[in-house]
Amino acid sequence: MCLGIPAKVVEINHEGRKGKADFGGVSREVDLSLVDVKVGDYVIIHAGFAIELLDEEEAKESLALWQELLERCSDTGTRD
Amino acid sequence: MFRYRDEGLAQRIIERLKGLKLDLRLMHVCGTHQDTLVKFGLGPLLQAAGIEVRAGPGCPVCVTTAREIEEAMLLARMGKVVATFGDMFRVPGENQSLADVKAEGFDVRMVYSITDCVALAEKTARDVVFFSIGFETTAPTPASVILHTPPENFSILSAHRLIPPAMEALIQMGELRIDGFINPGHVSAIIGANAYEFISTRYQIPQVIAGFEPLDLLVAVYMLAIQACKGEAKVENEYARVVKPEGNEKAKRIMESVFEPFDLGWRGFPVITGSGLRLKEEFAAYDARKRYEDELSELSTEYQEPEGCKCGEILRGLVYPEDCPLFGTVCTPQHPVGPCMVSMEGCCNILFKYGKSRIGI
Ligand code: SF4
Repeated sequence: MCLGIPAKVVEINHEGRKGKADFGGVSREVDLSLVDVKVGDYVIIHAGFAIELLDEEEAKESLALWQELLERCSDTGTRD
Repeated sequence: MFRYRDEGLAQRIIERLKGLKLDLRLMHVCGTHQDTLVKFGLGPLLQAAGIEVRAGPGCPVCVTTAREIEEAMLLARMGKVVATFGDMFRVPGENQSLADVKAEGFDVRMVYSITDCVALAEKTARDVVFFSIGFETTAPTPASVILHTPPENFSILSAHRLIPPAMEALIQMGELRIDGFINPGHVSAIIGANAYEFISTRYQIPQVIAGFEPLDLLVAVYMLAIQACKGEAKVENEYARVVKPEGNEKAKRIMESVFEPFDLGWRGFPVITGSGLRLKEEFAAYDARKRYEDELSELSTEYQEPEGCKCGEILRGLVYPEDCPLFGTVCTPQHPVGPCMVSMEGCCNILFKYGKSRIGI
């Protein structure tokens, strides 16, 4: 139900309310009324609506951040 | 699109967790997290590192009450066109489901989005009711539709629910020790990380918002483990590529301008304060419960759960599907007894699908 799929906004119309998003090669109509987006943005689509933007930079950096998290926490001891 | 399945990193996280020598019980409240856990076999890996992850009430279809399903069925039998998401279609109310009502010849439709239902209403003179379910992820979608003045023959039967009040209810019920919460990524995309602060402050419970890839979950568990080691209880955000501290302000505004919270019972739970969403008075014309008040008032308020079904306890994280004697024998996805076997987000359905020996572990 709360499943959300990343897609790229490829078209915006109806005063920004509707548009088309590309799901890895397949383009579908989506409702954009819950977000402020521009063509080229990545969004999370849930039940036909874009519910939030996907921050591309943040996404690309996740793996690096995770590595860093592991390094940073490597000295943490056990509970006692 | 991005590399979130780095096995080497996953292995390192597990090794690091083992080194911490913890004994933790975590809970997630999201059917998609449950799917990732079982699909990728993360449960046994984490269990070997002293961490048990249990599923809570994270399946919106499963927590919808028999009464709400009976309401939708009655409206269909009255001759309204009733539309809902596919997952809801076969969930039994007291005995029958909307699928049975359709088989009787009444008009029940499955839709992918509420916008399909509005399009349907535009094409017919008949009354069309959208049985609208889902957590904060979904609730802004009917709200947006209603703000854009759908046709007069359209209304919604709201069964929307809010996640943070249910998390607090679980803690207050005290049936299960919970050492930390893995918070749902897409509910959080709307409400934001800040919305959970009160739980950590009031109950000293660590929380981490997680995405849906296996590494997202492992990193979130790791972050919770570190908080536990340090004796901290705060809200952290692993899914920062989507979730902001304040959430999606526009979607929140839309949701809050159309809906108001009220006290509502959940399947498996007593009434949870402020956990339901109903349409505000000014949108009464689109509220199926107001429009068809007289007819719906004839329904009983008390419904029995299907005999032998343990969905209620599963939704509170107390038992596993395999603790139910009906699992996989009497109850299967082809012949489901309870909602947890029907919904793609239900623990019983997920376990059956992937054929693992236990949910989440
Ligand atoms: S296996 Fe079926 S009957 Fe048992 S708890 Fe799950 S849904 Fe209910």
